Amino acid sequence: MRRSTMRGRLVGAILGGLVLGWAAVPAPASAEMLMNGAGATFPYPIYSKWFDEYAKIDQGVKFNYQSIGSGGGIRQITERTVDFGATDGPMTDEQLKKAPGELFHIPTVLGADVATYNLPGNPKLRFTGEVLADIFLGKITKWNDDRMKTLNPGVTLPNGPIIVVHRSDGSGTTYIWVDYLSKVSKEWEQQVGRGTSVKWPVGLGGKGNEGVAGQVKNTPGALGYVELAYAVTNKLAVAAVQNAAGKFVEPTIASTTAAAAGAAANMPADFRVSLTNAPGEAAYPIASFTWLLVYKDQANEAKGKALVRFLWWATHEGQRYPSDLLYAPLPAAVVKQIEAKIRQITYQGKPILAAR
Amino acid sequence: MEQSVTGGGAAEGLPLPRAFLARSRGAAWGDRVFMGIVRGCVAVFVLIMVGIVAALVYESLPAIKHFGWRFIVTSNWDPVVESFGALPFIYGTLVSSLLAMCFAVPLGIGAAIYLAELAPFWIRPPMGFLIELLAAVPSVVYGLWGIFVLAPWLRVWLQPALGKTLGFLPLFKGPPYGVGMLAAGIILAVMTVPFIATVSREVLLAVPNTQREAALALGATRWETTRLAVLRYGRSGLIGAVLLGLGRALGETMAVTMVIGNRPEISASLFAPGYTMASVLANEFTEATSDLYLSALVEIGLLLLGVTVLVNALARLLVWSVGGSVKAVRE
Amino acid sequence: MSGLSRRRTANAVMNVLAGSAAFVVILPLVLVLAFLIYQGGTSLNLDFFTRLPKPVGEPGGGMANAIVGTLILIALACGLGLPVGILGGLYLAESRDRRIPWVVRFLADVLNGVPSIVIGIFAYTLVVRPMRHFSALAGGVALGVIMVPIVLRTTEEIVRLVPASLREAGLALGLPQWKVTVRVVLTTARAGIITGVMVAIARIAGETAPLLFTAFGNRFGYHGLDQPIAALALQIFAYAISPFDDWHRQAWAGALVLISMVFLVSLAARLATSGLQRQTRR
Repeated sequence: MRRSTMRGRLVGAILGGLVLGWAAVPAPASAEMLMNGAGATFPYPIYSKWFDEYAKIDQGVKFNYQSIGSGGGIRQITERTVDFGATDGPMTDEQLKKAPGELFHIPTVLGADVATYNLPGNPKLRFTGEVLADIFLGKITKWNDDRMKTLNPGVTLPNGPIIVVHRSDGSGTTYIWVDYLSKVSKEWEQQVGRGTSVKWPVGLGGKGNEGVAGQVKNTPGALGYVELAYAVTNKLAVAAVQNAAGKFVEPTIASTTAAAAGAAANMPADFRVSLTNAPGEAAYPIASFTWLLVYKDQANEAKGKALVRFLWWATHEGQRYPSDLLYAPLPAAVVKQIEAKIRQITYQGKPILAAR
Repeated sequence: MEQSVTGGGAAEGLPLPRAFLARSRGAAWGDRVFMGIVRGCVAVFVLIMVGIVAALVYESLPAIKHFGWRFIVTSNWDPVVESFGALPFIYGTLVSSLLAMCFAVPLGIGAAIYLAELAPFWIRPPMGFLIELLAAVPSVVYGLWGIFVLAPWLRVWLQPALGKTLGFLPLFKGPPYGVGMLAAGIILAVMTVPFIATVSREVLLAVPNTQREAALALGATRWETTRLAVLRYGRSGLIGAVLLGLGRALGETMAVTMVIGNRPEISASLFAPGYTMASVLANEFTEATSDLYLSALVEIGLLLLGVTVLVNALARLLVWSVGGSVKAVRE
Repeated sequence: MSGLSRRRTANAVMNVLAGSAAFVVILPLVLVLAFLIYQGGTSLNLDFFTRLPKPVGEPGGGMANAIVGTLILIALACGLGLPVGILGGLYLAESRDRRIPWVVRFLADVLNGVPSIVIGIFAYTLVVRPMRHFSALAGGVALGVIMVPIVLRTTEEIVRLVPASLREAGLALGLPQWKVTVRVVLTTARAGIITGVMVAIARIAGETAPLLFTAFGNRFGYHGLDQPIAALALQIFAYAISPFDDWHRQAWAGALVLISMVFLVSLAARLATSGLQRQTRR
């Protein structure tokens, strides 16, 4: 019996060593710091690219981001279970009051909510705001509805139901979408309203931008809203939407940037601004900033430094990555305002970033 | 509470000299320490059980105070205005589980009968093994299969076929999404059948052979033996097995979340998307942006806990009862 | 004669029906496995086992962190589940009392049926909230709680099978009671207890729901017990509901690895049990 126990112990030791050795392969854990963040799925493609690139520049810190939706980001940063949050629906005054400290919204990139759909032949469709609102209200139920036909004269629309897909989780992408619908449809504003999570009159729920894109991709006749990057990466059709100036505009980097053109001039100090239905001939009507949520007063010096350094990098050198992924970089004037904000982040009362 | 000296049950009254047993103070001390550790572990276990209920009740108190009974009967789930009613989730959980039972009970008990009574002896071990393997497949793997295999099959073949033939029934109305209540019911059935089958098989095997021999001696065929002697005898145990399966189905989370469509709505049609109590917890727990929202979700968790505990407790009592009555016959 | 032939037909018909029921029950297993092997097998390569996930949209990368994470979580769960389960099972088997063991047994069966997501809420309240972040520890606690009833009941069953003669022999040699229990009873029952532990491990390896808000997931490797950690089942879920084809393929591969782990452990447990049965049937 003794021999077998010894053998058992030896085997256990070898296995244990293998596991720990394997654990060491992906991440030599000792020297590095892990920063945890959570939130919006809207900017997840660009954030994951940023964290990957930044890890090559600063090897002492790794950023772990879980895309659980803006609602989750707001919740987790309020509870302080993560080091930073991310949202594309700005926090309300009530939500800000609940946080244990002052929270900053730091804009990172601009993105566009697009109407994406799955129809045979992937025809190019055009929508107006009211038509979109009525589809999501359940008043327009078929693809070949008269109003759809008037908007898209050259296209053969199938005689099938429009399968609406929305978000099942708390989402900034939802916020941007319903913010727009509330602006263009009084009925939507009264019946449903704004929020990261609303009571949808019709439709299937998908989890995250990923879930909605996945549902639309798998379901012929589906119509959903996702961030532009998700539609394009999955080769889903994207619609043109009529903007405030009456023009039908497709979501591109140019039209997203145009939506932010007037933003710097009227930017509130806390950066919580809505860009939907922006004025301008070339502006795409469903565009928005996306923000990282950080506490003004950081609890941990090392983490605070790492965070501030990353924020600086992301809003400067990092701005050359968004366009590859179809996000629009921040306008230069806005970056100047952000610099001032980042300098206000403190540790124990002292600004972390000395004058640069 | 005295520890018995022998586990076998004979030497209770035998007075062993204490001096002989406790040769050194160390031995009695060792016993006490060991018993302390054992009792400590049992206490930890009981604390865990109590803790689960306590934690859930504590977290859901704000919602209970705010909504009261209306929580269970309202269907409005509106985080914007913080109005929460759990009825759609209760409905979704019940309907998906009952639908699953409709498939799983006949199949599971049928398979159990086959394995315990009717199958040729060489088939029984491998088949039993395969059914146990089914029970071991993780939920998320079933969900994966559900999204990429079952839902498309439903959307392209079964739902249109049902719609064309039985579409006049409110059960089969609506566009074929693929995902929805029907998909959830089927996946739940696949996941519950192995439980019902294995427990039923054990119940049937626990029926004493004397019953079977008596029936056969009277000239019954194998099926008649099963029907008259075995099934009737093990009836309560079989009901227990079904209830165990139901308990499993009620609490199943991942596979259902992946195919149910995530829509908090009550609809008569099986093609419509729905939402279950477990799914809404999985989807919205990390994102509840307000305290009342989180509290409402935990209250749903509390309801789920209550329902599953009730069903499971009832099931265990029924299954034990067959085992218990068997023991009486044997002695 | 017609009565007899009618009964014989009924017998044959029921045979066929019951047999088809059994066959239909097994069918999904075959289907699921077939798809897994077909879809997942093509995506399995060395990268899968050794690389970290890549940023969204970029093909390649692997699930090394998730595989290691699952192993670490299982180890943590055992830290909680084994002592409570094994010693608790011992208590149930050895105690002469009537009421407390009955209550404990009943609670264990009830706990077995509690949905794992509810246990996740418990772990969230108990560990994540006070610690102020998600952690491997919280995930381990949740999985440990799930393990306890399984280990408890199987240990009880196995210890009951240890013959009284062995215990009496130990006591007759002058061993104190606790030494009899540990050195004689537990050692004899060792194989069966390990089997029970393996069954429990097979169960928790595939658990996803309780990890959603305890372990939380991590795109990098192990960083400490107090940090979020990746797990195979979690990663499969995240990839499955995503729209990226490359992630779907990795989800299938991950599912194949997960189910292989679970099946291997279950198979080993099964073989050990049949060996054990042969042993005690002397």
